[in-house]
Amino acid sequence: MEKTIYFDHAATTPVRPEVLEAMLPFFTEKFGNPSTIYSYGRESKKYIEDARDKVAKALGAQSKEIFFTGSGTEADNWAIKGVAYANRKKGNHIITTSIEHHAVLHTCNFLEKEGFEVTYLPVDKDGLVDPEQVREAIKPETILISVMFANNEIGTIQPISEIGKIAKEKGIIFHTDAVQAVGSVNVNVEELNVDLLSLSAHKFYGPKGVGALYIRRGTKITSFMHGGAQERGKRASTENVPGIVGLGKAIELATANIEGNAKYVKRLRDRIIDEVLNTIPYVRLNGHREKRLPGNINFSFEFIEGESLLLLLDMKGIAASSGSACTSGSLDPSHVLLAIGLPHEIAHGSLRITLGPDNTDEEVDYFLSVLPEIVGRLREMSPLYEAVKNKNKSKK
Amino acid sequence: MYSQKVMDHFMNPRNMGEIEDADGVGLVGNPKCGDIMKMYLKIENDVIVDAKFKTFGCGAAVATSSISTEMIKGKTIEEALKITNEAVAEALDGLPPQKMHCSNLAEEAIKAAIEDYRKRKGITGNNQNSFESCQGCCKKCEDVHDDFHEEE
Repeated sequence: MEKTIYFDHAATTPVRPEVLEAMLPFFTEKFGNPSTIYSYGRESKKYIEDARDKVAKALGAQSKEIFFTGSGTEADNWAIKGVAYANRKKGNHIITTSIEHHAVLHTCNFLEKEGFEVTYLPVDKDGLVDPEQVREAIKPETILISVMFANNEIGTIQPISEIGKIAKEKGIIFHTDAVQAVGSVNVNVEELNVDLLSLSAHKFYGPKGVGALYIRRGTKITSFMHGGAQERGKRASTENVPGIVGLGKAIELATANIEGNAKYVKRLRDRIIDEVLNTIPYVRLNGHREKRLPGNINFSFEFIEGESLLLLLDMKGIAASSGSACTSGSLDPSHVLLAIGLPHEIAHGSLRITLGPDNTDEEVDYFLSVLPEIVGRLREMSPLYEAVKNKNKSKK
Repeated sequence: MYSQKVMDHFMNPRNMGEIEDADGVGLVGNPKCGDIMKMYLKIENDVIVDAKFKTFGCGAAVATSSISTEMIKGKTIEEALKITNEAVAEALDGLPPQKMHCSNLAEEAIKAAIEDYRKRKGITGNNQNSFESCQGCCKKCEDVHDDFHEEE
């Protein structure tokens, strides 16, 4: 394989060299347990608090409102279960959407078994949630609303601020899973009117195995891990010091040039979207054309199946992703693509490309040069395409 | 995740295409499940002299289509009908557990094409696996996938 092109930044990103450099001392010479009182420990503690300040600054929050977790999934689990259990006496109703990440959906499914009632709001064809539908779904028993900031598959950015306003008005706790958004677009907890926000370091060039949950002061939530006094007793366990330091450095770097990076990545994104839609027939763009993450592209290529497409792209050195059943480990294609109304057979032919600031115009050129041939090759093999070709022939 | 043999058959599929004057055509699978296999057979004196396929599906679906056409060429109808999904998977040096349903599809495509041949010849048989009669995902697939999930 001559070239390798990484087009799967929504899955994960590499740790930036500056981030790694910041982390390394905390594996070896600065190994102290932050809960100890001697100098080793005190130093570790200081760096954790420094990272907390950086996260708080990036989100427009107070440092005391930032709690480190083991992942974005953990942050989602904590937000939802924590609010549900802490507010059980007030009510048992939760509102979320049908296109959430499984970290939210499966947590809600679990809570349904525990006696909670969950409303899964539909989305429109672009994947947008209607804030008015959120308002209408609110009942006296509603204790939590959870709507993702930006979708991991189709990139659609939700009207979080508007939904947050409604939640605030009604006095309901509002959570957003911002795992895909933090580091790519500006995220400010005050502007968004959110009470809880999840993020994950490895989505913005930080390390895996560390995330954070923003908890607005005064939000009623149970502790997630029970044990020591770490994270003010809310999330016990000895801190992942190198990870937390890495998260802090990564969020600082990502937010320092967020506008410039977004503009750059968006230009690459639009080059791909425009060229593919103009040159390849039977293609649709999934997700909203404008209200989408700067690096997200999601196409459905009719008559072909996503995994085959990924294998052929991989042979050309291009790493991408799909919402086809064959890549999900079940027979159903992505719940997100079905929720925006795609028929199963079209959902199976989806291709997700997620770009980052490390991608280049040359990589986009190369991708655009190999894609038509790959799509053509798979269509030639497809009995579904054969049927369409024959139909077109008889029309002529 | 795939064996070298699967990747070879996926990248260089054997016998991909159509036979215009085929004696039997079998179409199995369902676009809803993400895989459809169409098998064309040329049959002389009960011997399969040529076989071609078209497939909409994942890497494993293409590879099983490809290798099954190789396996049935030169075989009598009776011999071809004895080819099982396990034999197809084995010929590919195995398939990942969640992909075993693709080998079912190959077995079914062979059977459906032979049924079609027999129907055309006036030999009655039931055409259970035709595309038209498949209203949803075959139960076989679900079993395989359920097993897979339990292992997780």
